[in-house]
Amino acid sequence: MADMELTGAEIVVRCLRDEGIKHVFGYPGGAVLNIYDEIYKQTAFEHILVRHEQAAVHAADAYARSTGLVGVAIVTSGPGATNAVTGIATAYMDSIPMVVISGQVPTAAIGQDAFQEVDTVGITRPCVKHNFLVKDVRDLATTIKKAFYIAATGRPGPVVVDVPKDITQHTCAYEYPAFVSMRSYNPTSKGHAGQIKKAVQMLLEAKRPMIYTGGGVVLGNAATQVTEMVRLLGFPITSTLMGLGGYPAPDVLFLGMLGMHGTIEANMAMQHCDVLLAVGARFDDRVIGNPKHFAKEARRIIHIDVDPSSISKRVRVDVPIVGEVAQVVEEMLKQIQAGIGQIDQTALKAWWTQIELWRVQDCMKYDRSSSRIKPQYVIEKLYEVTGGQAYVTSDVGQHQMWAAQYYPFDQPRRWINSGGLGTMGFGLPAAMGVQMAHPGAQVACVTGEGSIQMNIQELSTCKEWKLPIKVILLNNGVLGMVRQWQQFFYEERYAESHMTSLPDFVKLAEAYGHVGLLVEKPEDVETALRDAFGKYKDRLVFINFLTDPGENVFPMIPAGKGLSEMILV
Amino acid sequence: MRHIISLLMENEAGALSRVAGLFSARGYNIESLTVAPTEDATLSRMTIVTRGSDDVIEQITKQLNKLIDVVKVQDLSDGSHIERELMLVKVRASGEIREEMKRMADIFRGRIIDVSDKTYTIELTGPGSKLDAFLGAVDATAIVETVRTGASGIGRGDRIMKI
Ligand SMILES: Cc1cc2nc3c(=O)[nH]c(=O)nc-3n(C[C@H](O)[C@H](O)[C@H](O)COP(=O)(O)OP(=O)(O)OC[C@H]3O[C@@H](n4cnc5c(N)ncnc54)[C@H](O)[C@@H]3O)c2cc1C
Ligand SMILES: Cc1ncc(C[n+]2csc(CCOP(=O)(O)OP(=O)(O)O)c2C)c(N)n1
Ligand SMILES: [Mg+2]
Repeated sequence: MADMELTGAEIVVRCLRDEGIKHVFGYPGGAVLNIYDEIYKQTAFEHILVRHEQAAVHAADAYARSTGLVGVAIVTSGPGATNAVTGIATAYMDSIPMVVISGQVPTAAIGQDAFQEVDTVGITRPCVKHNFLVKDVRDLATTIKKAFYIAATGRPGPVVVDVPKDITQHTCAYEYPAFVSMRSYNPTSKGHAGQIKKAVQMLLEAKRPMIYTGGGVVLGNAATQVTEMVRLLGFPITSTLMGLGGYPAPDVLFLGMLGMHGTIEANMAMQHCDVLLAVGARFDDRVIGNPKHFAKEARRIIHIDVDPSSISKRVRVDVPIVGEVAQVVEEMLKQIQAGIGQIDQTALKAWWTQIELWRVQDCMKYDRSSSRIKPQYVIEKLYEVTGGQAYVTSDVGQHQMWAAQYYPFDQPRRWINSGGLGTMGFGLPAAMGVQMAHPGAQVACVTGEGSIQMNIQELSTCKEWKLPIKVILLNNGVLGMVRQWQQFFYEERYAESHMTSLPDFVKLAEAYGHVGLLVEKPEDVETALRDAFGKYKDRLVFINFLTDPGENVFPMIPAGKGLSEMILV
Repeated sequence: MRHIISLLMENEAGALSRVAGLFSARGYNIESLTVAPTEDATLSRMTIVTRGSDDVIEQITKQLNKLIDVVKVQDLSDGSHIERELMLVKVRASGEIREEMKRMADIFRGRIIDVSDKTYTIELTGPGSKLDAFLGAVDATAIVETVRTGASGIGRGDRIMKI
C-alpha cells in the first residue's frame, strides 16, 4: 500500500476516514472540486450539503458540542472561507474542537489577486486555535493529523487547514500517522499535586464556600466527577451559561445560573462567599460584572483551568491549578474522601440559611395569569413535554436567556448555544448538527424572529435530510434583547429594534416542506408542543408562538455594575 | 514596567504575524521586536521589548506560550541578562564638524563604516540607552538618518534558553 501514490484530494478524504469521521458539513466550489470528486466516490462518511457556509460551520460546531467529538466542515476558497469566519469565531470563543478544511487558489496563483483568492490563514488567524497553509502534498496527512490533535487537546478550539487546489492534484504515498507530537505544543493535563492539596484544605476550611463551574466541565467531560464532589461536600454550586448541565439543575444544591441574568441566590452567594472554587470557567464580564465591585468582598479563590491564560486574567486567584478538570477534581475527591480535613458544618448550615433567604425571593417568578403568551411559560412547557431530555439549541437574545433559565438541564452537552460570540443565526444550523449526531433524539431550537431569519435557508437542508427538529420561535416581534437595553438605558428610544414586516412563518415553513403552526393563546401552547413531539414526531415542526412583546429578562445586572446590583423586575 | 521577552519559535512562514497579531489584537504594546533564525535552522529567536503592569506582562507571556508555534518563552527581565542593540547613523561630516564627528564616534566606541565627502556612517552597538546617549550628544541638525535594530537579549552565565 505504502508505495501507492494518492492525490491530495484522495488524501484529504482518506485522512477523514482514518480519523473516524462520520459526518462532514460543507459546500463545494472551484478550489475544492477535486476533494468533492473524492467525496463522491467514498462511503466512509456522509457529507451534509448546507445552504450557506456559516451554517456548515455552526452545524459541525454543534455536532462537536453535543458529542464531544471533533466537528468537520469543508468550504471553498474566497467567499466560502469568508462565509465560514463567523462560524469559526463562534467556535473559537466557546472553545469548541473543530477542523475546517478550506480550499485555496493554486500555490502559484497565491498573491496574484486570483479569482476567489483571500488570505484565509490571515483572516482566520485571530479566531482559530491554529491554522495551516499546506504547501506540499507530502505534508498534507501529517498536517491534518496535527489539526485534529490540536483541536481536541488542551483547551479545545477550531483549526483551519487551507489547501491550495494544486496540492489536491499532486500525488504522494499516503500514510496517516497514528499520533503526532509537537515540541511546541504540550498542554498540561495533570494538576500539580501540591496545589491540589492546598486547594482541598482551603475549601474544607471555608465558612461560606461556593463552587462556580463553567464550560470547562462540559468540554472536559467532568460532569460526573464534579457532581460527585459537590454532593459529598454539600456546598452550593452555580454555573455559567456555558456550563449548564454540568451539574443537574433540578438539584437543591444548584443555585441556578449566575451572572448578568443569573439568580439572586447565585450572584449573592458568589459575591459573599469566603472561599470560591472556580472550575473550567473564565470570570467573564457577563459573569462577574465589574471586577472592581467583585473584588470589594474579600474571598480566597481556587481556579482549575487547562489554559494558564484563563487564570488570573480578570481576577487574581490564590490557588491556581492548571490541568484537566476531570483529573484534578478526581484527585480532590480522593483527598476529601481520605479525610484530610473537616467541614465546619455549623458554619455551612448558617451559610445555607442565608442562601435560602435569597432563594425565597423567587427571582424567576413571572405573571402566570397574563392573557398573552409568556415566553418563560413556553420553555417550561417545552421542558415538561420533552421530559427534560431534549437537546436544546438556541439563537441569541432574550429567548436564549429564557431557555437557559427555565429549562433545568440535568445532563451535559444538552444545552447548545453561542455564549462567547453571541452569534444570531447559530440555532437552526446547530440543531442540524445535533440531530445528525443523535438521529433519534428530541431536538428543539429555541429562537427569535430576528435570529431565525439569519440562517432560515437551512430549513431546506433540514428537508433534504428529513431532520425532525422542532423550531420553537418565541416571536415577540422585536429584537427583544436590544429593545430591553433601549428601554432601560436609552430612555425608551427604540432605534431600529423593530421590524415592521415579518414573513408568515407558517407559510414559510410549509414552503420549505415542513409543518408550520401558529400559537397565539397561552392555552394552546401545550397542545402545539405535544403535537410537535407526538403527532408530528418525524417532521420538522416550526411553531410560531406570538409572545408578549413587553416581557424582559430578569434579573439583570446592568453592564459595568457588580453582582449585588441586580435589577429584579 | 519595561520588559524584554525572548522566545524560541518554529521557523515557519506566518509565525511572526501570529506574534505581531497577538500584540495588536490584545492591545499590548511593542517597543521593538527583532527576529532571526538560530544556529538550528528550524528555530527562530525573537526578542520583544514591551511595557505593562505585572498583570499585563503575565498575560503576555501566557498568551505567547499559548501560540502553537512558540516553543519557549522567557522574560529576560526576571533575572540578570545582557541587552544589545545595533544602530547605523549617518551624520553630516563636512567642514569643521568632520573631526568632531570622528571624535564622537570614538568616544562612544562606534566605527565609521562608510565615508563620503559630506557624511560619515557610524556603526554603534550597546544597550539602547547608550545609543540614545549618542543621539543626544551630537548636534541634532547633523543627524541625516538613523536605523536601529531594536534590542536583542540573552541571559547571563548559566541562564540559558535552548531546547
Ligand atoms: C445575550 C447573552 C447574555 C449572556 N448572559 C450571561 C449570563 O447571565 N451568565 C453567564 O454565565 N453567561 C452569560 N453569557 C455568556 C458569556 O458571554 C460567556 O460566554 C460565558 O459566561 C463564559 O462561560 P465560561 O466562563 O464557562 O467559559 P467558557 O467560554 O465555556 O470557557 C471554558 C473555560 O474552561 C477551560 N477549559 C476547557 N476545557 C477544559 C478542561 N478539560 N479542563 C479544564 N478547563 C477547561 C477553558 O480554558 C476556559 O477557560 C451571555 C451571552 C449572551 C450572548
Ligand atoms: C449576528 C448578530 N448581530 C447582532 C447581534 C446583536 N443582538 C443581540 S440580541 C439581538 C436581538 C435578537 O432578536 P431576536 O432573535 O428576535 O430575539 P429576542 O431577543 O427578541 O428574543 C441582537 C440584534 C448579535 N448578537 N448577533
Ligand atoms: Mg424577537
